[in-house]
Amino acid sequence: MTTEAQHDTVDMMLNMGPQHPATHGVFRMVLTIDGERVIDVTPHIGYLHRGSEKLCEHESYGQVVTLFDRLDYVANLNNELAFCRAAERLMDIEVPERAQYIRVALCELNRLASHLLFLGTYAIDLGAMTPIMYGFRERERIQNLFESVTGARMMHNYIRIGGVKEDVPPDFVPRARAVLKDVRKGVDEIDRLLTFNEVFLARTKGVGVIDAATAVSCGLTGPSLRASGVAYDVRKDDPYEIYPYLGFEVPVGHDGDCWDRYYVRLLECHQSIHMVTQCLDQMEPGPTMTQRRRIARPPKGEVYVHCENPRGDIGVFVVSDGTDKPYRVKVRPPSFCNLVALRPMMRGAYIADAVAILGSIDIVLGEVDR
Amino acid sequence: MYGLGVLKGFGVTLKNFARKPFTVQYPEERSVQHSRFRGQEFVWYEDRCTGCASCAKYCPLGIIRIVTDPDGGHEQEGGDYKVEVFDIDQGRCMYCGLCVEACPYDALHMGSTFEGAQARREDLVITMEVLKERPKHPSTWFRPQLERQEVDPFGGEPVESGDAGREAYRWHPKRPGDAPGGAEK
Repeated sequence: MTTEAQHDTVDMMLNMGPQHPATHGVFRMVLTIDGERVIDVTPHIGYLHRGSEKLCEHESYGQVVTLFDRLDYVANLNNELAFCRAAERLMDIEVPERAQYIRVALCELNRLASHLLFLGTYAIDLGAMTPIMYGFRERERIQNLFESVTGARMMHNYIRIGGVKEDVPPDFVPRARAVLKDVRKGVDEIDRLLTFNEVFLARTKGVGVIDAATAVSCGLTGPSLRASGVAYDVRKDDPYEIYPYLGFEVPVGHDGDCWDRYYVRLLECHQSIHMVTQCLDQMEPGPTMTQRRRIARPPKGEVYVHCENPRGDIGVFVVSDGTDKPYRVKVRPPSFCNLVALRPMMRGAYIADAVAILGSIDIVLGEVDR
Repeated sequence: MYGLGVLKGFGVTLKNFARKPFTVQYPEERSVQHSRFRGQEFVWYEDRCTGCASCAKYCPLGIIRIVTDPDGGHEQEGGDYKVEVFDIDQGRCMYCGLCVEACPYDALHMGSTFEGAQARREDLVITMEVLKERPKHPSTWFRPQLERQEVDPFGGEPVESGDAGREAYRWHPKRPGDAPGGAEK
């Protein structure tokens, strides 16, 4: 004879990460599952926390640029630009035009490199091994170009407060044109390989749908937001540097599913190539650095500047107390804010699609954890 | 027709199958690097260095350690300090190149190699003796004068200290071994 026990049912929890190969770094998700369906997801972050924001308080303004390289380690130059623009606005510095052209050309090349990496890794997330090879090959060409300009392949430390550190080498323009020609071919190859592949479509179409209203309320930005049909792009809506002089379109998706997020990035690659070509055409010789003191002491005050990163809207908030070191630096990292949208995207999806959804927001953990 | 996209993809892979590989077999072959590449093995010209420690002050990580002796025997002539210790802890270096930019006398340059693995952490600290003896193959990062001379850090000739500066070497006019241009002042 048995006593009647209380049988409470509990949803099954499935831990994914932090060492999971598909989580793009050290990221942990706790999935609450009901059969094959994900009913809830809790992201756990902080495994890559290095305290960059605090470290910034101990470095002078010129040195902080090196730390910003290490936030989003796939799109370093875009991060540098964000901080330098903040410091320039704080100090009221006008940047020479040639420096702006170099900055924008390199940032767009970096966006291209970042998106190529996304196209490759996203295919890996879905089980296709080939596109990463092509994506990496094209990214390699861009990084070789970066090496010739900035002296490093990833941690450039090239964009400085008041301009860029050095002028580009004399053979930059022909080299960049050759790289763009190759990269355009590579992007087209990935396009043909993936975009309308039936298996790829079956894995991504209608998966992880997020509608425009939810996306906006989650604070989603960048290509992930544009895939939901909201044409918000800092380069268009709050133009900076020389973006107003460049003709480009903002690709916008329709359904807000994984396929749209992939395709918006693919189209952005073409826009970036177009933009770099325009920069190379319009570039005029001239100074690349403002004349100023090496140790910068901005006046007391605070400033918030935002830029378009490959992953979204990066914001930098700098408070100055009049010394040569910032009093406080706060970064609004696009990957971190985009993670908020993970839960509405993943609710109701299959476990097998969890990786596809996570991959489609294209997070970089170095930026999420800082 | 279902499967057309897959077939199209196969076409792309087939085309790449016949292509020349993009990768190089690293230890045997090497890809061409630009002379601006900021690598390991700093190049330091002892006679150009005045011991001002600008590099140590501008290093974001503070990994350059300099000890100088103010009584280096030159103080009467308005000369330099005697550098006694010049250690660079490469184990923590991030190769940002700010020390090179800070150097007012072009005494410190970035190196160009990248194969500096060591078995022990202590071996990553490069001392003044090592820096003195090393063949001088500076990177042209932030050294437009070297770029103008078309210095090739990967197998070219070592750069003499007289050629490494931004202009004619004339900061220490009373020192022996002055480069041309020093005598005027």
